[in-house]
Amino acid sequence: MINALANGIRLIGHRTIEAVWRLGAATRFMGLVLARSAMAFRRFQLTLDEIHFAGVLSLIIIIVSGLFVGLVLGLQGYETLKRYGSAEAVGTLVALALVRELGPVVAALLFASRAGSAMTAEIGIMKSTEQLSAMEMMAVDPFARVISPMFWGGFISMPLLAAIFSVMGIFGGYLITVVIIGVDSGAFWSQMQASVDLRDDILNGVIKSVVFGAAVTAIALFEGYDAPPTAEGVSRAVTRTVVTSALAVLALDFVLTAFMFTGV
Amino acid sequence: MHFRFSLSGPPVPSDNLVEFSQVEFSYDGRPILQGVDMRFARGKVVAIMGGSGTGKTTLLRLIGGQLKPGRGKVLVDGGPVHGIPHARLYAIRRKMGMLFQFGALFTDLTAFENVAFPLREHTDLPESMIRDMVLMKLDAVGLRGAHALKPAELSGGMARRVALARAIALDPMLIMYDEPFTGLDPISVGVIGNLIRRLNDALGATSVVVTHDVQESLKIVDYVYFLAGGKVVAEGTPQQVRDSGEPFVHQFVHGESDGPVHFHYGAPPYGEDLGLGDR
Repeated sequence: MINALANGIRLIGHRTIEAVWRLGAATRFMGLVLARSAMAFRRFQLTLDEIHFAGVLSLIIIIVSGLFVGLVLGLQGYETLKRYGSAEAVGTLVALALVRELGPVVAALLFASRAGSAMTAEIGIMKSTEQLSAMEMMAVDPFARVISPMFWGGFISMPLLAAIFSVMGIFGGYLITVVIIGVDSGAFWSQMQASVDLRDDILNGVIKSVVFGAAVTAIALFEGYDAPPTAEGVSRAVTRTVVTSALAVLALDFVLTAFMFTGV
Repeated sequence: MHFRFSLSGPPVPSDNLVEFSQVEFSYDGRPILQGVDMRFARGKVVAIMGGSGTGKTTLLRLIGGQLKPGRGKVLVDGGPVHGIPHARLYAIRRKMGMLFQFGALFTDLTAFENVAFPLREHTDLPESMIRDMVLMKLDAVGLRGAHALKPAELSGGMARRVALARAIALDPMLIMYDEPFTGLDPISVGVIGNLIRRLNDALGATSVVVTHDVQESLKIVDYVYFLAGGKVVAEGTPQQVRDSGEPFVHQFVHGESDGPVHFHYGAPPYGEDLGLGDR
């Protein structure tokens, strides 16, 4: 009994120390990424390549998902608003839901599973096959040459992807409610225009997507860099990237929403 | 003439490119190296041999400044590689080349791009000159014709030769080889062995070869260190090694399964493990 208790306490202590150690390692990692960022901007082609990898190659999934989310939102919104005789307000509902919440959040979740997992795998494999060590031995800093451009590539891509997601979602809402169901097109757009505020809604949505982009990219790169140099280590790191990023995005969304929209 | 600078007196001529003085190193409290002293003379090819897990690769990483010794000093070209600013360490690394065990080529680049990588990173040479230099390096390892292939399209031996071309791209003063013969067929072993010797002499470099391959390495090296239990247990020229009566060297060179290095990993008595103790 006492032994079991002691083992339990030991396990908690071990896990706590490990968590604190990882937090410290992640902080140091991010410090290095930011400190070695000069090359990412001086040789901007490196960052552009990463924007292509993280952003352009994620476009298909973002466009298709945004369209479907918009279609569903339009359909659900119309059915609900119709009961109160305000079906024309569906444009407002679709736009606000997408710009404030669904655009940044769903785009970030998709970004984590498409680009984040790929970043983790790439860095993890580069580490396990000693490509990062080889770079160091060639006097090329892997943080400056590879990791920082990847971070800034993800950081820049994410808000653009969220914006595209929202635009596609609004287009999906328009398709289902105006083109198919027959809601008045003028009412759809004018109510949306009157209700969506540039600063309170759009800017706050952009801020969210920037924060999510930084968080997801940082998590993906750290997990890849910290992965044990084995096939199993890299695969676990990829899983951790997707899970941790999803939780981080949802938690950050709550915190940001509390500050932005409820005046906490 | 090369000089080592010290604060205590005038410059001291040094014929050694790399020196280990009483170096100790541990991983997670487990001692790997204990009081290692080694000298790598300029222009020579020196082999470091020893069983798996004896710290041979650790020695290379200490020379490259990727690991830091717990105690002792590692000097390269007369200066320390630890406790120095990042920029200084990277300046020293530009004079080094390293061949990793499996090449560590960048998998998304062709052989040409891999060899061009250090040239593009560290020089402002025009693309036409980089092309000529890369083709010269690839020709030196016999793979000019494979310049357009990606690492996945190369055999193990070819990948290591491309990695060797990359390692010598900047004409280094020190070339380090981490298990260059592992997993290669006998022809490739011979090719790599000849290249190590030939490139060292052509570049006027110094080479450190970490290897298990006794027969091939004794053909090409000038000096050998044997490492066991974290210490240098024997050293000498290839002829001295072949003639050595020292039990460890004899066991290693002749590939005997038992000797100072036991066949069995440390374990309690066999009968005890099988539960026969009480019967």
